[in-house]
Amino acid sequence: MKKPLEGVRIIDLCVVWAGPFATMTMADLGAEVIKPENPFVFQPMTRGRVARPTQLMLDAGNSWAGGLPGGVPGEKPWNYSPTFVSLYRNKRSFTVDLRRPEGMEVLRKLVAVSDVVYENNATGTMESLGITYDWLREANPRIIFVRVPAYGSTGPYYNARALGVHLEAVMGHSLLRGYDDTDPSTNTAIYSGDYLAGVQGAFAVMSALWLRERTGRGQLIEIGQAENAAAMFTQAVMDYSLNGRIQEAIGNRDVNGRYPCGVYPALSPGTAATMDDHWVTIHVETDAQWHALVRVMGSPDWATDPRFDTNEGRQSHARELDRHIASYTCQHDDYELMHRLQAAGIACAPVLEVSRMFDDAQLLERGFFREQTVEGTGPRKYAGPMWNMTGTPIEFIQPPVTFGEHNDYVYRDVLGLPEDEIEALRAGGHIATEYDASVP
Amino acid sequence: MQALDNVTVLDLTHHIAGPYATKLLADFGADVIKIERPDGDIARRLGPFKGDVPHIERSGLFFFLNLNKRSVVIDMKTPEGRDAVLALAAKADLVVENFRPGTMERLGLGWDAIHAANPRASMISISNYGATGPYRDYRTSELVLYGYAGEMYSMGLTDREPTKMAGTAALFESGASAAAALMGALWGGKVNGAGQWVDIALTETHAGGVDRRHATAIAYQFSGRKALRAADAANGMPQGIYPCADGYVDFTAAGLRPDRVDDMLGFPEWNQDPKYRDPVLRFDPTVIEEWNANFLLWCLERTKREIWAEARRAKVMCGPLFSMKDLFEDDHFRGRGFWAKATHAELGEVEFPGRPLIFEEGGWALRRPAPLLGEHTREVLEEHGFSAAAIASIEAHGRVPA
Repeated sequence: MKKPLEGVRIIDLCVVWAGPFATMTMADLGAEVIKPENPFVFQPMTRGRVARPTQLMLDAGNSWAGGLPGGVPGEKPWNYSPTFVSLYRNKRSFTVDLRRPEGMEVLRKLVAVSDVVYENNATGTMESLGITYDWLREANPRIIFVRVPAYGSTGPYYNARALGVHLEAVMGHSLLRGYDDTDPSTNTAIYSGDYLAGVQGAFAVMSALWLRERTGRGQLIEIGQAENAAAMFTQAVMDYSLNGRIQEAIGNRDVNGRYPCGVYPALSPGTAATMDDHWVTIHVETDAQWHALVRVMGSPDWATDPRFDTNEGRQSHARELDRHIASYTCQHDDYELMHRLQAAGIACAPVLEVSRMFDDAQLLERGFFREQTVEGTGPRKYAGPMWNMTGTPIEFIQPPVTFGEHNDYVYRDVLGLPEDEIEALRAGGHIATEYDASVP
Repeated sequence: MQALDNVTVLDLTHHIAGPYATKLLADFGADVIKIERPDGDIARRLGPFKGDVPHIERSGLFFFLNLNKRSVVIDMKTPEGRDAVLALAAKADLVVENFRPGTMERLGLGWDAIHAANPRASMISISNYGATGPYRDYRTSELVLYGYAGEMYSMGLTDREPTKMAGTAALFESGASAAAALMGALWGGKVNGAGQWVDIALTETHAGGVDRRHATAIAYQFSGRKALRAADAANGMPQGIYPCADGYVDFTAAGLRPDRVDDMLGFPEWNQDPKYRDPVLRFDPTVIEEWNANFLLWCLERTKREIWAEARRAKVMCGPLFSMKDLFEDDHFRGRGFWAKATHAELGEVEFPGRPLIFEEGGWALRRPAPLLGEHTREVLEEHGFSAAAIASIEAHGRVPA
């Protein structure tokens, strides 16, 4: 069977997370995703924080940003930033300097033979290069142009700079999450909005392609990322809409008030400082499940207290209940708790620290991890696709792409440029596999 | 014309993730026929309820998740019900379900039966851990899902328990992911002329998603580094969430552009100390602490909106922490037409977030509010050519015993 998006070509002018996640989702479905990259301009937080990070920068950054091979900058560090690597399988990369007319001419030719242009840059970035919807349509009237401005292209906030975490704060997430007994400055940054905008961007493109089959026309799609994120907080949004109530952070408790619901300590081989602390989630949704949990715990005296017989009672004594449950869970292995509670019909699982995921029986049995080799590193295990499509399996045909890896393919095979033009572009520095020495 | 107005979805899902996926298709024009059991989708029993009184037609959650769909009550456990579902599947492009693995087979509605009824339709099955594997039958919930497959481990303070996201954000993420899978299956069906079965594990939509877990897994293999659970506040210049005169503001990663931060602050004398620009000293905790003491004073003298206005002017990354009241009253979103309104038989006029995406052509539209339970049973069955007697029988089975 053909891949669902076979024959669809997407130009990825994306940065950071939300855009690249959308294009990777479509690359997994068979679209050809091509990323133009500029040897003279580094896009922060895409192939890393800067092109040539210092050791200090790597060490001070989060692991998911700074955990390069061997923990050192090494050669061509831009090929190994873990966030980039996690978002650029099944894609192609070529280089071109879009600040110069001949570079824009290359892009124009690529647009002419593509279906989609996807960008999520800061407002004004595309315009400063001369990439507008009109310019794209002139090159290709069937083009679908997707833009992901943080707050949309109109209104007082149109120009606000934001990562996912900032716009989620505006949409209410930061006051609704985190501990219920501390102030919100204890919140860790979060990027759920990038997830949502990414997959909904893929949904948008596939819908617009579906419409184009009938109309023959491309179109402009705007995803105001903040607006897009609102659905995640539906309960809080609708509570205000219907009742005028301002919901607040509820910690790990259930938004529907079913107790107990929490994160409890498990027997741990070490401490949080070395990331060896183990925790389990337990969510009891019915009285029957509560009684089952009591039996699993060996019916200790505290648990048979009639105050805990009803959900109402468990809710009003939630903290006391949590302390008791913790005194039980902390004596047991997290996976052992999972199996024991699940056997009794109770939702429970370890809070998996990432490195433990590779040993998880379910993910292993499902064949979730796939081995790939990024050029210049050894084989590693990569997280699988989000879905198991049995008729058109998602395959990892291209490892996370290195800078300029497909220069030949794009200039020769896709654009069919004559050799002398290619040589001229190479001489002009457009075609490279490294950032120019002038880029920090 | 809407983008998906020639697409029919037979929607057997309930709760949150599945209905959110099909809602997106319904919002863009698909005819989503929602099959409900006689007592209705469980989401009808989950709040918030108007006036805080539980009622199956007054859930704000159900309302949002099921806009633009039609509700058909069918008891799939009866032979008539099963046959009716197969007859509806025969005319559908997509069949979506999120029962426990094995349930559809037990009902005689497994992939083989659906595929036989309509070889061109794809079936998407959404389950907790996937249709195979040792945890196949295990339970999950928002909390359990995020802990096992999401980024929970690194969220919170080092000396405390990890924390979840707000509400059921993880389930909404999974639903949005499934919507993309539905479109992939729709395109697969079109280009191949044949449907397929898609097995979606909620866990894998997170473990294979974008919010740090995959990147951290790569970082661990590359460098041995793991992700410490810690708050980000005030460990950069600036970094993380700060209190201000009337609330909080988030300055995550804003310190990447010290020049812009200086502009935002109005180039104060205290910020001109050369050590604040030194690429090495900027990582020194003592220097950072000293800088933050000054910065905190600047924040505390201003409101969150004043601070954000200065940040926007200077192009500094920043977000004020809004409450739902702040959000509903905000001129930007109101002016852009973010809020939509629908009139519902039980809820009256309801305001809710409208288009998640803005199409130039064929985009989001409100065609009908969330359906009452079984509101479209007769209409849909008649459209599909069911006899009056067959409809009467299905309706009789669909009544909840008093």
